[in-house]
Amino acid sequence: MILKSRFAAPGYVGAVLLAAVVGFALIAPSIVPGDPLSQSLVKSLAGPDAAGPFGYDHLGRSLYHRLAHALRLSPLIAVAAVLTAGAAGLALGAVAAARGGWIDRVLALVADSLLALPGLLMILIVLAIVPGTALGFWAGLSLVLWVEFFRLTRATARSVLASPAVQATRLLGFGPGYVFRHHLWPEIAPVMLTVGAFGMATAIMAIAALGFVNVGMRAPIPELGLMMVELLPYWREAPMALLTPVLAIFTLLLSLILIVGNRS
Amino acid sequence: MPLLSRLFQALMVALIVGIATFAMMRALPGDAAWRIAAGRYGYDNVNAAAADAVREELGLNGSALPALARWMGDLARLDFGVSLVSGSPVMEEIIHQLGASLQLAIAAVLLSIFIGPPIGILAGLRPGGITDRALLTVSTAFKATPQFLMALVLIVILAVELGWLPAAGYGEARHFLLPALALALGLAAVSARVARDATEQVARSSYWHFAEWKGLSRSQVLWRHGLRNVSVPLLTYLGLQFVTLVEGVVVVESIVGWPGIGHALVHAVFSRDVPMVQGTALVLGLGFVLVNTIIDLALRRIDPRGAA
Repeated sequence: MILKSRFAAPGYVGAVLLAAVVGFALIAPSIVPGDPLSQSLVKSLAGPDAAGPFGYDHLGRSLYHRLAHALRLSPLIAVAAVLTAGAAGLALGAVAAARGGWIDRVLALVADSLLALPGLLMILIVLAIVPGTALGFWAGLSLVLWVEFFRLTRATARSVLASPAVQATRLLGFGPGYVFRHHLWPEIAPVMLTVGAFGMATAIMAIAALGFVNVGMRAPIPELGLMMVELLPYWREAPMALLTPVLAIFTLLLSLILIVGNRS
Repeated sequence: MPLLSRLFQALMVALIVGIATFAMMRALPGDAAWRIAAGRYGYDNVNAAAADAVREELGLNGSALPALARWMGDLARLDFGVSLVSGSPVMEEIIHQLGASLQLAIAAVLLSIFIGPPIGILAGLRPGGITDRALLTVSTAFKATPQFLMALVLIVILAVELGWLPAAGYGEARHFLLPALALALGLAAVSARVARDATEQVARSSYWHFAEWKGLSRSQVLWRHGLRNVSVPLLTYLGLQFVTLVEGVVVVESIVGWPGIGHALVHAVFSRDVPMVQGTALVLGLGFVLVNTIIDLALRRIDPRGAA
């Protein structure tokens, strides 16, 4: 009991942090109206004022509004990629476990081989193939993230499908849909959540890392990694400006890691 | 049998890399033949005849399948082609860059082994103690810090503010420390947690208690009965961390200007240097399979019970 409460608490902290970040991204622009792209060189690296509560960057763009948009962009791509990857991994994993045989072997081999390639590399290659950066990130991240969902579903589904409960259900004449909803899903759902949160963190880190080395999102799109690399030369004049995206990505990732907690 | 399946995995990696880069080749904006001809003969010497020759040679006109087969054939003969940017053979460039990357990766892993597991073992011996709680906080914070951010913070603190280390560069020993540390801190955060959990588990075991009961000192118990058992999950994890490391290397190398394979890869993709991307991807993928195989074999030596 004591152990349980010790590990549950960080999860709540993480959920609150995540809610705060998402809340800021959604509500911020309606509290203080403004444009993340409009420049005013007079305000270059200026401190906070009423129209820009977080100050301005080197081109005089409001950091408050750039941050709000950046915090919508990468989490949105991450959610989309995790949902796609989760659905694909769940479906393929269930099929692999249910059918077995050569379907199972081929799928497992493809998954293992994808695992051998560095994820960032796959994303980079897909980014080069798929037009449009957001679309490319979604496709690339989905391609990388489905493997984890697949391996998990396959392993869980194997033991669940072999259980007496499922055999009884089948004898009673229920179809695969029923077995999935009542036997497989309740077993998998909590772990899917963990893998999903991990996947979100991976996706957000990847988008920011590639933005930071200038092969991800293109300027002037507000993106956390891109904001950091843009503000880096001015860190001495405006340290708070550089710290804004740094703290944002740290908080975002920390909240996800705390939600996942000790389960790994 | 495990070796055979690893070999099969290596073949699959080559196949996937081949297909992915082939798709990239076809999806390139602009006429691929002209771009490759320009890469081969220089931008001033490109004409329709040269482009047609390239198109003919690489089968860019024909249907996709025979062309793909030819690509795979070249790959099987270890013919990686010529870099579209520098013009030198991809193989030569990769060998050069891989050396630089391996130096950095090995330095990072060694550094992380000195930082992570000792702290983890210390924390695991007293679960819930000060070391344990401090480790939990610090490792969580480090896990939430992307590696490029870690490198950025280290550059600002160690290079710019304190002036102890050069911010970028390659060639001398002092250039190693900053990028290696940026990678090592992330690795150590995870390996410390793994070592902590393993130590806690071993310290609860009956053979641990028996060793204490027969009068061995705490350090003797740890050395004789603890470390071997702790090292099994740790080594498994180090293998997995290699993937994370490679990804970190890609980005960190770009930041500190390290002439490694990660840096080259980012540039190759950026300038659409397909043969370089293909070769680099293949080497990285096969490297992963190789490292995993080595780890598997090492684990079997440390803990022969698992061998089937």
